[in-house]
Amino acid sequence: MATALVAASAVRASPLRRRVGLLVAVLVLLVVVGASLCLGTRATSLDGVLGALFAPQPDNNDHLVIRELRVPRTVIGLVVGSALALAGTVMQGITRNPLADPGLLGVNAGASLFVVLAIALFGITDPGGYIWFAFAGAAAAAAVVYAIGALGRGGATPVKLALGGTALTAGITSIITLLLITDIDTLSSYRFWSVGSLVNRDLETVSVLLPFLVLGAALALSIGPTLNVLSLGDDLARGLGQRIGLSRGLAAAAIVLLCGAATALAGPIVFVGLVIPHLVRPITGPDYRWILAYSAVLGPVLLLTADIIGRLISYPGEIEAGIIVAMIGAPVLVAIVRRSNLAGI
Amino acid sequence: MTSMMRADASLRAAAAVPRRSTPKELWVIGILVLLVVAVACVSLAVGAYTLSVADLVTTLLGQGARGDTVIVFRLRLPRVALGILTGAAFAVAGALFQTLLRNSLASPDIIGISQGASVSAATAILIFGASGFVVSLSAFGGALAVAAAIYLLSWRNGVSGYRFVLIGVGAAFFLQSVLGYLLTRGDVREVSQALVWMVGGVGGAQWSEIVVVACALALLLPVVAALAPRLRVLQLGDDAAGGLGVTVERTRVLLLVAAVALCAVATAFVGPIAFVAFVSAPIARRIVGTGSLALIPSALVGILLVLSADFVAQHALPGELQVPAGIITGIIGAPYLLWLLATADRGGRGA
Repeated sequence: MATALVAASAVRASPLRRRVGLLVAVLVLLVVVGASLCLGTRATSLDGVLGALFAPQPDNNDHLVIRELRVPRTVIGLVVGSALALAGTVMQGITRNPLADPGLLGVNAGASLFVVLAIALFGITDPGGYIWFAFAGAAAAAAVVYAIGALGRGGATPVKLALGGTALTAGITSIITLLLITDIDTLSSYRFWSVGSLVNRDLETVSVLLPFLVLGAALALSIGPTLNVLSLGDDLARGLGQRIGLSRGLAAAAIVLLCGAATALAGPIVFVGLVIPHLVRPITGPDYRWILAYSAVLGPVLLLTADIIGRLISYPGEIEAGIIVAMIGAPVLVAIVRRSNLAGI
Repeated sequence: MTSMMRADASLRAAAAVPRRSTPKELWVIGILVLLVVAVACVSLAVGAYTLSVADLVTTLLGQGARGDTVIVFRLRLPRVALGILTGAAFAVAGALFQTLLRNSLASPDIIGISQGASVSAATAILIFGASGFVVSLSAFGGALAVAAAIYLLSWRNGVSGYRFVLIGVGAAFFLQSVLGYLLTRGDVREVSQALVWMVGGVGGAQWSEIVVVACALALLLPVVAALAPRLRVLQLGDDAAGGLGVTVERTRVLLLVAAVALCAVATAFVGPIAFVAFVSAPIARRIVGTGSLALIPSALVGILLVLSADFVAQHALPGELQVPAGIITGIIGAPYLLWLLATADRGGRGA
């Protein structure tokens, strides 16, 4: 099957097409970033945006809105979108499961549990205060899932990782719900964090988490060749000299860094990591180096588009990006799945 | 006619292949049945007023004291009976989905069917202020509508398991975000009430509900039992199954319909009790130990999970805390599956 896949990809995706495609994707991203800076309850012209960025006037209300509100949420959309899409691609690569999203390693569940505890025990209700709880929870959950997978003979196989992650998520979700239905104040704070959103976070929060995001992204982007070999199956990969345990460990580290930081920043946004790799594969073929590069660009496109739509459709209020992302992403996923002759991954 | 007979014979031969460890499966079934009976008896006997074993037996035989009869038949037996029926329904539905779609993650809680029921029920509770039977009916409708939508969307010259599962996961996320919208916009007290429904539990079971669920199971389980041998052949892959004379698409549709119906009926009356459908079959298969279907052990594990979760939810929590059973199924089912994974002696065994 692997040879068939490689052969099919050779027909479908020529190197030139992939390069041009990536360029187009970057251009689309630039347009979306521009739109994210311009659009909102008060639409601003591009001139106004450039003015706000390069020649800000303190008494200009539009400039203030752009600098204080739209720039932070656009930056957060960029880094979170990239991080989630990269993490999702790596996750699908190491588990060889098309259903895998970064949440599968228990990352979202762990982050959510720690945030609930932060609200319930320490009375923290400001999204900025959740960061380290969310990050620690994500790392702890992923470590548990990975350790459990690696314990039995055969190591952290895809099936064990997928089942273990889902089982841990199940258990943690139960505990969270237990806390929520017995404590209505916690519920009323937590429910807004839990849908995932790009607002109410400042750039300082981003800069605190940036080292983790950069490290995670570098790890993820460098792991492409390894994922290509792993996609041939454990036995073949081992035969080709791949140290499977080490590769999976590195991939898991990348996922925790990326997804943990993204969740800490924006809450548990799940859909980006699942849908972007599927969106990308028909363009790139199964070569993970290209899938990763495209994901890093198209993840923010999806998330920022969702954020922009959320600002516009329920004027004068807003709908959180985490809600919109699945509403626009799901039809896209359905269309891709229906269109392509999928051979599995 | 002859070709059908030949196909039938080869089918039986193929079906016989993966069933080598039947004695062990029988042992497992026997032990699980004993456990279910034990937990059921404890649930019937223990409570604010605890009956002795002798009292329980005489009461069940219809000879008990008046007070005992009321407690057992009005209060405790409905919970236990509904727990048994829905536990089996969820577990069998989950096992069928996972086998039919050849993906260990493909249980109704993952591919959107539970979410369909939840969105529909949450809409009924939060927007129309409904309760009781109306919520059940809308949950049932929601589950069926979502299943039908996933099936239609994934149909393209037949339905591949891969397409069905992916579209199902897409549907799950879509519905989850609708749910997120409903839960962030609703009144927080009603949201809490909707959450309790979405966790799922057998409290407040009515005999009328039990009759409906029992009738549905009496209709659906024989269909599943009749088609189960074909399912074993389907596991060999579509091409092999087609070659062995199994009409792949029709068998799969029938079994999917049965699985969806089982899940929808159970969800309607007890809510989508968390993860019973997801964990029961992997646990059962890991105990039985072959790549077999293990439908009966799965059903028993499901029953055991719901009954013991309901018992823990009622009695074993600190203080006066009474929570729906669905919270406990996740808390006890998940660690057990994790433990099985950690101690698995053969890595990557198909689950």
